[in-house]
Order: sequence, then structure tokens, then C-alpha cells
Amino acid sequence: METTTANPTYKLELSTSPHVHSRWSTKQAMWLVVLALLPAVISALLFFGAYQLVILLVSVGFCLVTELVIKRIRNRKIIIEDGSAVITGLLLGLILPPNFSLSSTAIGAVFAIAIGKEVFGGLGYNIFNPALAGRAFLQAAFPVAITTWSKPNFAVDTVTSATPLAAFKYDKVATQLQPMMFGNVAGSIGETSALAILIGGIFLIAVGVVNYRVPLAAVLGMVIFGGLFWLIDPVKYPSPFFQIFAGGFLFGAFFMATDWVTSPITSKGMWIYGICISLIVVMIRLFGGLPEGVMYAILIMNALVPTINRSTRPTIFGGAK
Amino acid sequence: MTLNFRKKTFKGGVHPAEQKTITENLPFEVMPIPKQIIVPLTQHLGKPAIPLVKKGSEVKAGEIIAERHGFISAPIHSPVSGKVIKIAVDSNVNGFPKDAIVIQTNGINELVTFPSLNPDEVTPEEIRERTKDAGVVGQGGAAFPTYVKLTLPEGKHLDVVILNGCECEPYLTRDYRLMIERTDDVLSGLMLIMKALGVTKGVVGIEDNKPEAVAKLKKAAKKYTSISVETLKTKYPQGAEKMLIKAVTGKEVPPGKLPFDAGVSIQNIRTAISIYDAVVKGEPQISAALTVSGGGINQPKNLIVPIGTPLSEVLDFCGGVKENAVKVIAGGPMMGVAQYDFSAPIMKATSGILVLTEEEVSDHDETPCLRCGMCVDVCPLNLLPTKLARVSQLERFEDAEQLAITVCMECGTCTYTCPANIPLVQWIRLGKQRVLAIQKERNIAVNA
Repeated sequence: METTTANPTYKLELSTSPHVHSRWSTKQAMWLVVLALLPAVISALLFFGAYQLVILLVSVGFCLVTELVIKRIRNRKIIIEDGSAVITGLLLGLILPPNFSLSSTAIGAVFAIAIGKEVFGGLGYNIFNPALAGRAFLQAAFPVAITTWSKPNFAVDTVTSATPLAAFKYDKVATQLQPMMFGNVAGSIGETSALAILIGGIFLIAVGVVNYRVPLAAVLGMVIFGGLFWLIDPVKYPSPFFQIFAGGFLFGAFFMATDWVTSPITSKGMWIYGICISLIVVMIRLFGGLPEGVMYAILIMNALVPTINRSTRPTIFGGAK
Repeated sequence: MTLNFRKKTFKGGVHPAEQKTITENLPFEVMPIPKQIIVPLTQHLGKPAIPLVKKGSEVKAGEIIAERHGFISAPIHSPVSGKVIKIAVDSNVNGFPKDAIVIQTNGINELVTFPSLNPDEVTPEEIRERTKDAGVVGQGGAAFPTYVKLTLPEGKHLDVVILNGCECEPYLTRDYRLMIERTDDVLSGLMLIMKALGVTKGVVGIEDNKPEAVAKLKKAAKKYTSISVETLKTKYPQGAEKMLIKAVTGKEVPPGKLPFDAGVSIQNIRTAISIYDAVVKGEPQISAALTVSGGGINQPKNLIVPIGTPLSEVLDFCGGVKENAVKVIAGGPMMGVAQYDFSAPIMKATSGILVLTEEEVSDHDETPCLRCGMCVDVCPLNLLPTKLARVSQLERFEDAEQLAITVCMECGTCTYTCPANIPLVQWIRLGKQRVLAIQKERNIAVNA
């Protein structure tokens, strides 16, 4: 913006239109996401104890430090206050098992920021969701630790320390929906309480940070594909509602798949992306070697986002349909 | 009456703070004639008018001082009585230096008018001729010579004339005040437009944030069986031609086509008034109606101003500019032009002067694109603003052309929305100009 002194009395800014702005900022949106994650954090503390807070702090702390160090090395402007590293840290922490070791958490956090985000050029340029990239690395590095689940507090007798998905996959035991709704089942720190996730997720949609299309498409996709197999054989396959509330599905649908940077920009693309995530989740859960597949489903779809964007260009207003 | 729960509108768009309460209840004031005025020869789209006067000529208010040049052009009449002191290059509120006739006023207020015509007996040809002779131009922003828009191209058939009462730009209340203060004249003007074009259906499209104007217009429209008032959802840019046509008729005007191609003619509220004044009162277009508003002006007003009045005089008449003013804009905040020279004259199509404070225009830092897709979601023309801005920045003009950059109407909705504060429409504007230049060159090469 240039300033002119052609009018001796006034100093005026010159720029082309528009001259007003919605006041939306990257920073504001990011901190709203952090706010929306609080219910999940609270449920984590409630069901798995205060140690979860330590895991989350380590995760957030190492994300921040990694970003600072890399920005310094790359000699780039430090924009730590935009909150994006805090989100990555929180997201990563919330998808780890409740008794995960702190050193491994730190390694995951460093990987998430360094390899998941900064090597691509930093915020806005990464292909994969950084938190999921970190989690995928930990899955490969510590395959046992990351699938060892502890019992939640207030656990009733029927709930074992197996996650609902593992219980179903290996023992054909279907966990009741009610505890899965509130969160007193075994699972990742922030993924067990559907209620907490929905409160945060719907808040983000209501304030306009998150577009409703991706989570809605994912849920619909789960109803369709999960429902299809359930109808084929209700004994062998779980109900779609169980699948929606189990594991990391809702957390993934509302907080991971909706990551701005790594999801499509076109509305048609958002629908395709959301539905395909559910399709892959169903395939992995029902036919794969792992009980849970949300992480890989989203990472695979992340890779397809540029292709989806290219092939779903909206029809220009008044253009041929 | 049919129940209509979903207000008519278009897809996309944004809701900037309306800011209309500042001036919406202030009746028009007529500004006194300044000592000296600067009348640009280009106040319309098309070729500049050719001066009929020279230095030293005595002119009367309403007298023609520059004649139309070519098909798309408009004559210019002297807004005041006085003496031509020079014809020189001067910058105007659109920001470009253009030839202008500078007139020293003599304080005599005699207005030369055309003979008055009876609106009930006037023929379509007479309406067109008078509109042409009175120098009426479209006052929605583009200042397109109105008589051209009243001339139906051969082989075209129109279904409806839509009067654009949306005034979707924040702050501006000019059209709103006209609809309140000159309700009957607005509708008479619409009838004249319909007559000129041989159309039997007229619609006033108006956003639902102006209930008082809707009520007045609906009441006045009872007299006419052929005119209806449509309430539309308040949303920027509802007043853009294509968006208005979509909202009222449901039709989408294809890229590169005109409203005529969809069987529609769109006219601005103040243009209808100017047509009425030219035909019925015989007055040439020598004044502008405008809103002076914003947090940086001492006394916001709705004003009738002689064209050629320097910006500084208008600002002084409105109590002057506050110290915290940082930006002066001709037009609305979404599409208006920032001013750098307070001696620039008001023109026929100037709809507002906004003096904005730091707080009103405040921006935050630009960050990289986060691919949130908000710009795609709000673009009323279904373009991909982030992508267009990117290819423009990289000077990939072939890609820009392929992504239909020339379709962009530069409404600014994308930039307004972008959380990363990227100047999207500004990049697109730049790329669009380059692509248009490339296309022009290519056409010349093909035709050579």
C-alpha cells in the first residue's frame, strides 16, 4: 500500500478494491480449532487421567520447538502465533494411546512438523495432514506401543481394554453405543467420546471454519458402505452406527479430514473426498489386517487431493452443464 | 399470495457489514454550485466527447458543451453558467488523467432545458433520442451510454426490464433515498424504459434490508399492472447484472453474453430517474446523486452535486475529513476507486464518496494460501479465485485463460473473504488484463 501526500493535509492509502475485509484471519481460524478441540481434551482427562495432559503438552511443545528451529534454519519469518503447530501437536496427542511414552510422543511430534509440514515449505504447502503423518511414523516405529490400550476410568465390567473395533474384529464382541457416545471405552486419548468430538466439530461448522461437506460426506459414506456390508451379513459385519462411533472415525471426519490445507477446495471435490475416506475406512476395518483404518484412509485421500481438485472444477456460471 | 420461504438470490456471495444506517435516513441535500468546476470529457464508457466550446466561451447551465463521438459515447452539458477558462488534462475520480473543460461559474442560475414530453404520448424513438441528447449514462458504475441500452439489437426479443434496486455495496444509500423520495418517478422512469424497448413486464429487484423502500414501491406499483416489486435476499453482489438476472428470472447469462441475450434489460435506479428527468422535465444529466459516508467524514450526507465539482468541495460541504481518515474512495468499498487527488471532479456516475478510517479498512498480514476453499465457495461465478491468482502471479497466462480468468467481474468477494488475506482479485485483475491483451493480439494476427 502506498501513501500519497498529493493532498498536503492528508496522508491517504491507495490500493485497488475491495477496501474492506471480512476480518477472517488464518490465526483466528486456527485458534478456533484449538478451542473446538477442548471438549475432546477434557473428555481425555476425564476418562484417562491427568497423564494425558502431559502427553498433549509434550506433543504441542515439541511441535512448537520443531517449527521454531526449522524456521530459524530456513531463515524464514517465524509465525508461531498462527497456532497451526499447536493444532498439529494437539491433534497428534489426541490420536495416541493413553499410556504412550513421552519420548515416543516427542519423536512423533518432531516428525509431524519436520517431515509432515516443513519439508514441503511449511503451512499451506504440505500434502499430508502433519499430525497423521506423525502418527503413521509412530505406527511404523512403535507398532506394539501404539496399539496397547489402557482401560478408561469408570469402566464397567463389560468393557475390556481392547478397543471396540479390536473387540469386534477379533472376538466379534460389539460394544454398546452408549459408552462409545460418552467415551468410557478403550481408545486413543481424544477419540473415544463421540459427544465431545461432535460438540467441537459442530461448533467449527457453525462458526464457518469448517465446511460441513467433508464431515457430512464421510458420515453418509459410512452409512452407505458400512450399511451395505451390514445388510449383506449382520453377524459378520458391524452396523454402520457402530462404525461411526467406534475408533477414530468421528475425530477423523471432523478434525483430520477437514484440515484446510490437505482437503479439496471444490465443493464436489469435498463430497468425493469425504465419501472415499469412508469407503477406504470400511475396506481396512472389514478386510484389512488392522482393526482401524481412519489414519490411512485420510492419508491416501490427502495424496489424491490435487487430482480431485483438477477433476472437479465447478461449472462456470452460465456455462454449459 | 404465494408463500415464499426461500428468498430469491444466487449461489455464493458474502455479507459485508452494511453500514447503511449512517445515511439511510438523511434526505438528499442540494450542494451549492462551486466557484470552479472541472467537467471531464470522458464520463462514460466509450469515446471521449468532443468539445464545442473553447477558452473564453460563455456557457449556460444545461447547454451542450461537448458532443457525442461515435456510437458508444455521450454528449456533455454544462452543469453551471459561467465562462470556460481552459480545456486541459485533469485527473478524475476514476484515477486517470483525461481532457476536461474547466468552467468559472458566474452565479447565474438559468437552466437550459429540452422541451418537456408527455410520458403517456412519447414514442419509443423520442425516448431514445432524448436519452441520447440529454447525455444520460448508466449509473450503476460502468457509465455505459444509456440510449445504447435502450436500443434493441435486431432479432432480439426482451421479456422483462429489471430495475436494479439492490444497492449491494455497503455504505451507499443513494438508490435507497431515491426510491423513498422519488418513488413515483422511479416507476415512471421504468415505464419509459419498458416503452422504449417494447417490453410489457417490469420488475424492481430490491434487497430485503430495505423494507421501507419495498413498501413504498409496492404501494406505488399498484397503479401499474405491468410492474412488480421483487424482494431479494441481501447479499453482495446481488446487484451485479448476472446475479440479479439469476435471482429474478432464474436464468444464467453465459460468459461473454449480455443481459439482452437472456431477454432481459437491467437499469439502475438513478438511471431511471435520469431518463424520467430528461424526457418529462427536459433536463440534461448535469448532476450526480451520491452518498458521502464513512467513519472519517464529519457530516455524512446524501447529496445532489453538480458534475465537475471537485472532491475537496464535497468533503468540505460535509464538514471536512476527520484526522483518523486513511482512505477516500469514489464508489462503494467493494469495487470503488481509492482517491489520491482531492481536486478530482465528481462525474455523472459517481455514486458515493467514502472516507474510511484505519479501523474500517484494517487488514492483517498476508499468509500463504491454506487451500480452505472459501474463495471458491463464495465466488458467484463459480471460478477458482485462489488458482487464478496463483497462475496470474506465476504469469502462466495460458492456464489463466483456460481457467476462464476473463469471466471474472472483479466483484472482490474472494479477497473480502480470504482468511490468508491474499489480494486474490487484485492478482486476477492483473492476469485478466494480460490475457485480454494476448487475446487481442491473437485476433489481430488471425485477421491479418
